[in-house]
Order: sequence, then C-alpha cells, then structure tokens
Amino acid sequence: MNLAAGTIRFLAERTGSAGYVVNLLVRTALCLPRIPRRLRFLLDNCFNAGVRALPVTLVVAAFAGAILAMQTGIELRRFGNTNVLGTITALSMCREMGPFITAVILAATVGSSIAAEIGTMKVSEEIDALEVMSIDPVDYLVLPRVLALALMCPLLTVLSNLIGIYGGSIIAEQNLGVSPDLYWVGAIESLTSSGTLLPKEVYVGLLKSLIFGVAIATVSCAAGLKARGGALGVGLAVQTAVRNSVLLIIVLGFVITWFFYFLT
Amino acid sequence: MIELKNLHKRLGGRDILKGLSVKVPKGMNFVLMGPSGTGKSVTLKHVIGIFKPDLGSVHVDGQDVPAMDRKQLMALRKRMGYLFQNGALINWLSVADNVALPLKEHSQLSRSEVDDRVHEVLKLVGMDHAGKQEPPEISGGMKLRAGLARALVTNPEYVLYDEPNAGLDPIISEQIHELIGEVRDRLSVTGLIVTHSRACATQCGDRIGILEAGKLAVEGSVDEITASDHPLARAFMGQGSD
Repeated sequence: MNLAAGTIRFLAERTGSAGYVVNLLVRTALCLPRIPRRLRFLLDNCFNAGVRALPVTLVVAAFAGAILAMQTGIELRRFGNTNVLGTITALSMCREMGPFITAVILAATVGSSIAAEIGTMKVSEEIDALEVMSIDPVDYLVLPRVLALALMCPLLTVLSNLIGIYGGSIIAEQNLGVSPDLYWVGAIESLTSSGTLLPKEVYVGLLKSLIFGVAIATVSCAAGLKARGGALGVGLAVQTAVRNSVLLIIVLGFVITWFFYFLT
Repeated sequence: MIELKNLHKRLGGRDILKGLSVKVPKGMNFVLMGPSGTGKSVTLKHVIGIFKPDLGSVHVDGQDVPAMDRKQLMALRKRMGYLFQNGALINWLSVADNVALPLKEHSQLSRSEVDDRVHEVLKLVGMDHAGKQEPPEISGGMKLRAGLARALVTNPEYVLYDEPNAGLDPIISEQIHELIGEVRDRLSVTGLIVTHSRACATQCGDRIGILEAGKLAVEGSVDEITASDHPLARAFMGQGSD
C-alpha cells in the first residue's frame, strides 16, 4: 500500500514539475514582445553562454569527430570502402553528434549555472523582491536566458559540426590512409548536393539544436525558480536542471529524428 | 489602511496563522512581534499578495488583496515598498541600478530624472557615496539601507519591513530605526514592521502587536505594551530582552 501511495505521489510530483516547465515556456513565449527592453541582458547571456561553453564544445567535438571517423573507418576498410568516410562523418556530425554534444555541454555548463543563479536568487528572496516591485521574473530573468540559449545552441552546433568533421579528417588521413581531397570532397558534397538552400541534414540538426537550447534554458530556469531551503535547495536545483536537460535532449533528439526521417 | 481579518494559513503541513486579525491605520508604524515561526513574515507576504490566505481576508484601502488579478496586484505593489531581511538586492546590479530598477521598469521618467531620484533616496538613507558599488562589496547594514532606498524610490504609501535590523550591530540598528521613523514622519508612509527587537519596536512603532500560536495575543500602544503584565509582552518588552 505504501509502495503504491509512494509511486502515485512520485508520478504526481513529476507530472506537476513537467506542467510547471510547460507553463513557464508558454509564459516566456508571451513575454517575447518585451525583448527590446531586455536586449542588454540578452546580449550578456549570449556572451556568457558562448564564452563558457565554447572551449569545451570545440575540444569534445574534435574528439567526437575523430572517434566517429576511426570507428566507422575500421569497418569501411574491411570492405575497401573508405572513400565514403568524409560523407558519413559529415552527415553523422550534422544530423546527430554536433547538436547532441553541444546541447549536453550547454546543459552541464550554462544550464547548471542558470539553475544555481536563479536558485540562489530564489532562496535569498531576490525573486520575491522582483515580484513586490511588480517585475515579472519570467520577463526579467527567464526570457533573456531562453532566447540566449535558443540563439547560441545552433551557433555552437555549427562550430561543433565543422570542428568534428575536421577532427575526422585528421584520423582519416593519419590512420586510415584516406587522402584529404577525397575526404573533404565527400563531406562537402554530402552537405551541399540538394535542391534546397541547406540539405535536410543541416537544417534538421540546427532545428534540433534550437529546440535543445530552449529546453535546457527553460528546464534550468524552472529548477531555479522552484528551489527552496538554502544552499541544499540550490544544489538540488542544479542537479535537477542537468538531469532533466540531458533526459530531454535524448528524448527530443529521438522524436525529432523520427519525425523528419520516418514520418515525413 | 491595512486590515487583516481572521487570517488562516497552512504551510509545509503546519498551521502558521490561526485567525490573525490586525488593523494598521494610515500614517502609523505598526510593529508585529512574536517568537520565531509564528508567521510574522508570512503575514507581510499576505499583505503584498505573494501568499493567499486559506481563510480570512486581507484588505488594503478597502481593496480585497487575495481576490486581485495580476494586473491589480501590480498596481497595488506599485503603491507599496518592501524591505527584505537582507535587502534582497539583485547581485549583478550596482546599488544605484538596484534602486533605479522599479523606476526604469514602470515610470516614464527620463534617464536624468531617474538618476536624480535615485540620488535623492540614496542620500536620504545615507548611501549617496555608494551608488556604484555592487551588493557583494557592501556590508549588511548598507544592503538594508540600499533595500530601503529601493523600497522608497517610487514614493510608496506603505512600506513593509521584514526584520529590518536582523544580524546588525546595535549602532547600525539604531541608524536603521531612525531611518524608519524618518520615513514615517517626513514622507507620511504607513509601516508594518516585523521584528524581534524591543529597541526597534519602541523606537519605530506607534502600536505593537505580539503574535502567539498564529494569532495576536496582545496589542496596544508602545506604552501600553511596555506596561502590560502579559507574559509575552514582558518577555519581548522587558529589560534585557534585546
């Protein structure tokens, strides 16, 4: 009986938390017309997100591209087909690896810092202070952060993709004997040979990263706004923000891929 | 006038307020005292509409606060200032920017008018030299004075003070008490002050109410409470109670 009650309470809490995040996202969207008043905070947040995440993102992306080329190349060499290595690395980076890596790093660096910052404001009554000054915390705090990550996540993803493909090219040449010309021709052709301005792989990847950015910022702000009980509460908010962001990145990544490659 | 009637509130599985009734007439400082956990700060948050009562009513100038929608609440809050325990200054803004925040958000004043008004209130609280400093760089007493300046910058009719001398040494506390008295006398602001401190109550208050088990146990003028035989009044107002 206790187990059932505990399970129901757990599910009710999780449903409530998810509802709070969705509600926060809707309220943030409703605040969009006020963004000209928040331009300074938006630029500050863009700068913070970009600067904080850029070095780690580039290092991880370079190694992810190298690992991808290495693992794929080993199998391709068995079939004497290493000439398609550039194509496979470029498509994998743009479709999945680039957006995923960038989003996870943003969740760990920027998402955690958003949750800590807003959580600290919550427990030290700064959020209440905004409320009593008739300043909507969603408009003042959440909107610039959500927009900043919605802009910076795709931007960092583009850099991740490029560095990842470059990392793959080094392995292709040094370890698998694929000429750089062959690798880069394959990579560039796979990303340009479509009738549209951008091939599906690129725009689906960028759309994914935009959605990831919005999800990370919203989940992290929600965790911060729900913090209570001093330093321990702030620590729990950071933990919740990173855990839920990574979970959402994986689930949303699957749903978007399924929608664009199997449903349409 | 602030009027609370038969206020009940349950938080975290505990009954905090159990039938609190208080009247704060205009132009007066009403001091709410009581042991920790009796719902003093919770009472303030009902007045400004952060909390809604489970039962009972909260009226400010005849307006029913819990029944207000967001727009009405915002209008009410523009007429009120709130001094939080530690000032609750926004950490990444300078002292002057903190004080200017409500004006920048809600008023149509030009930048120079905002600067003038900020300088005026910072001078009133003796902080005109520290406008460029950031909250982590200033002391607890300075944070409180900056918080008071922010509460006063919009010329409020009411100011709610939550433990205005918590954690301060007696000299700084004395300065804060004088400021609260000045705010009432010079600006005709009505105050609701929550405190444990006898010095704060006697120096700032016109009337004192002492909370016990979620409702008012005793209420009267400063002289009446000081002379009262009620055990709580003796505990809070007796010699050495600070």
